[in-house]
Amino acid sequence: MPENSKIAVAMSGGVDSSVVAGMMARGDAPVVGLTMQLWNQRRLPEIANEGATGGRCCSLDDVYDARYVAQLLKIPYYVVNLEDRFEKHVVKPFVEDYIAGKTPIPCTLCNNFIKFEHFLEMADGIGAEKIATGHYARIRFDEPSGRWQLLRSVDASKDQTYFLWGLTQEQLSRTLFPLGGMVKTDVRQLAMDLGLPVAEKPDSQEICFVPNGDYAAFIEAYFKEQGITTDVTSGDIVDRDGKKLGKHEGVHHFTVGQRRGLNVAVGEPLYVIETNPATRQVTVGSGDALMKKQFRVGEVNWISLASPTESVRAEVRIRNRHQPAWATIRPVGLTEAEVEFDVPQRAVTPGQGAVFYQGDVVAGGGWIEREA
Amino acid sequence: MRAYFDHNATTPVAASVVEAMVPVLGGVFGNASSIHGYGQEARQLLEEARRRVASFLRTKAEEVVFTSGGTEANNLALFGVLRGPKDHFVTTAIEHPAVLNVVEELRAIGHEVTIVPVGGDGVVDVDDVRRALRPTTRLVSLMAVNNEIGTVQPVNEIAKVCREAGVLMHCDAVQAPGRVAMDFDVDLLSLSGHKLNGPKGVGVLRVRKGVPLRKRTYGGHHERDRRPGTENVAGAVGLGVACEKVTMMQGDLRDRLESALLGRVADCYVNGDAARRAPNVSNLRFLGVEGESLVIALDLKGFAVSSGSACSSGSVEPSHVLIALGLSALDARSAIRFSLGASNTVEEVDGLVEAVVESVQRLRKLSPAYA
Repeated sequence: MPENSKIAVAMSGGVDSSVVAGMMARGDAPVVGLTMQLWNQRRLPEIANEGATGGRCCSLDDVYDARYVAQLLKIPYYVVNLEDRFEKHVVKPFVEDYIAGKTPIPCTLCNNFIKFEHFLEMADGIGAEKIATGHYARIRFDEPSGRWQLLRSVDASKDQTYFLWGLTQEQLSRTLFPLGGMVKTDVRQLAMDLGLPVAEKPDSQEICFVPNGDYAAFIEAYFKEQGITTDVTSGDIVDRDGKKLGKHEGVHHFTVGQRRGLNVAVGEPLYVIETNPATRQVTVGSGDALMKKQFRVGEVNWISLASPTESVRAEVRIRNRHQPAWATIRPVGLTEAEVEFDVPQRAVTPGQGAVFYQGDVVAGGGWIEREA
Repeated sequence: MRAYFDHNATTPVAASVVEAMVPVLGGVFGNASSIHGYGQEARQLLEEARRRVASFLRTKAEEVVFTSGGTEANNLALFGVLRGPKDHFVTTAIEHPAVLNVVEELRAIGHEVTIVPVGGDGVVDVDDVRRALRPTTRLVSLMAVNNEIGTVQPVNEIAKVCREAGVLMHCDAVQAPGRVAMDFDVDLLSLSGHKLNGPKGVGVLRVRKGVPLRKRTYGGHHERDRRPGTENVAGAVGLGVACEKVTMMQGDLRDRLESALLGRVADCYVNGDAARRAPNVSNLRFLGVEGESLVIALDLKGFAVSSGSACSSGSVEPSHVLIALGLSALDARSAIRFSLGASNTVEEVDGLVEAVVESVQRLRKLSPAYA
């Protein structure tokens, strides 16, 4: 068997990637398990999470779990240190985006720069042609268009295509998502059947390096570590006419559409409409002001279509839990596009992704930009 | 082919060591501190082992304290000599974490520490150590042979400086057996069983007579009241036999490996002084290659080598030793340590050379940093 038929499995120690490793190990191709060490657990001790959910990424427990699974499956297993890359491509941009008045999605950056770029290089390094991960999504080759397609997973509640719109044709051609056609309960059952000790492990939480989803606490701890004082982002809360309503402790505490934590009372419910890093102002307004019909996306990646020049009709999802809504997408140059919803949508948030769906197929996606 | 080139991490246990240990494990279960015959039988084996180790270290048996390994020996040496609330310790930037993290802890509890830097050759300068001494200096700790790059340190020259200054000298000699002569003129010396074809879980702190050493763990009065805990007789027996079997390693296989790689792989360099070096180590950096990837690629081909120092998860952090030599983090990450042992053969070395040449070629093709 040629060496390049090897498959590299990204193993996090969770149930999904463990099952993938098990499925691959049952096949004919040789399998190598790799865990990416992305974050140094000794950092930012003040936000260390000791709670029952304890779910910080790259915890020693997870690495031990992954190693144990690999031993049970009798596959070679290694931990690779990608902390520097993760810092450069994910953590720093995450913090910078918040400070720039955006609400970033580090998972997409991690997929684009770490899991499907560097991990593929690692796979090359060990002579593996394909990689397999535990993502819930499907990949298929479309003969008529000659393109690799990304499709929603069969288990709609687990679908991760919202975070995968950045994958290139080359990356898709070398990637296996063995769980895309399965529902989570079946995955857990398979973990039991394979005798994997992680079958009942809870699902991982939102952003792996931010315990309890407390972004502000993470950013402040990060500032402290880097010797940056936090008052650089504090400022005023203003209404849409610019009238000052109160003060806030930093723009990184706010995201578009947020209602809690404003500490201003004017009779009607107020929401964050915009955060402005230049003036350090957080603009608030009524729920109506959150509705938006049109916005610009950058760094657009087309998947099922080869960079269209004409308008495209698609259902567009503007955050992970958003119900995709019909829109017309007008390409602007090669890397940007103008998205116009048929019906205005609530809280279009700069820094989030906009993903274009045609049925189950992901046509493409891009980053929601700030208004100039 | 499957071959082991990571003898500085650990060594295979010699057959004669296993042979000596098995009957002890299987038949001599007495507590060496007991009064009765069972205990006396164990005690006799323990003391015989102690004499063997003492002879290897050219010292007396009463100076040999058995520990659980090199790390415990280092901890006992450094913590054991504490005298005042603010003692000063001197060590070097290229020590093993089993010394560096000990002085870090000493610093954390209020003592003072000077870490002497090294130059690109990876050999500590005697004058740098001399200048670091203060009236409050209690102890200087210096390794005999660096575990990562193999450089041999001027232990006896620095011991002389210490003696003149009235300062205690500790030597972490874990990597010394079989590489250099065991003629260290120091007050305290650490040894580890598994680095010299002995068993894991046993080591030695040699404590020169007259050196005031207070125990660091508390319990019974074992090991002349310096290290409590029921004696690991089988481990000590294994270590004793292993000490007797130590022979000086020759550099010919290492040189064969190194000259082949330097000749066939472009942009490949030796880390540390190539002349003042243990005969079994070659630490090379391959420009544009991630050492970690190379280790994995070689392992999948059956060759065991290492890169950097393993962190708690088992992934690799850039080596603090190579950083201390002045290498950039990127260069430090491109390094691989080959450490040979007595059982390596010419065929294994030649197989390793082919595997490295092939893997480096492939990894460089993928490297954006190497064009």
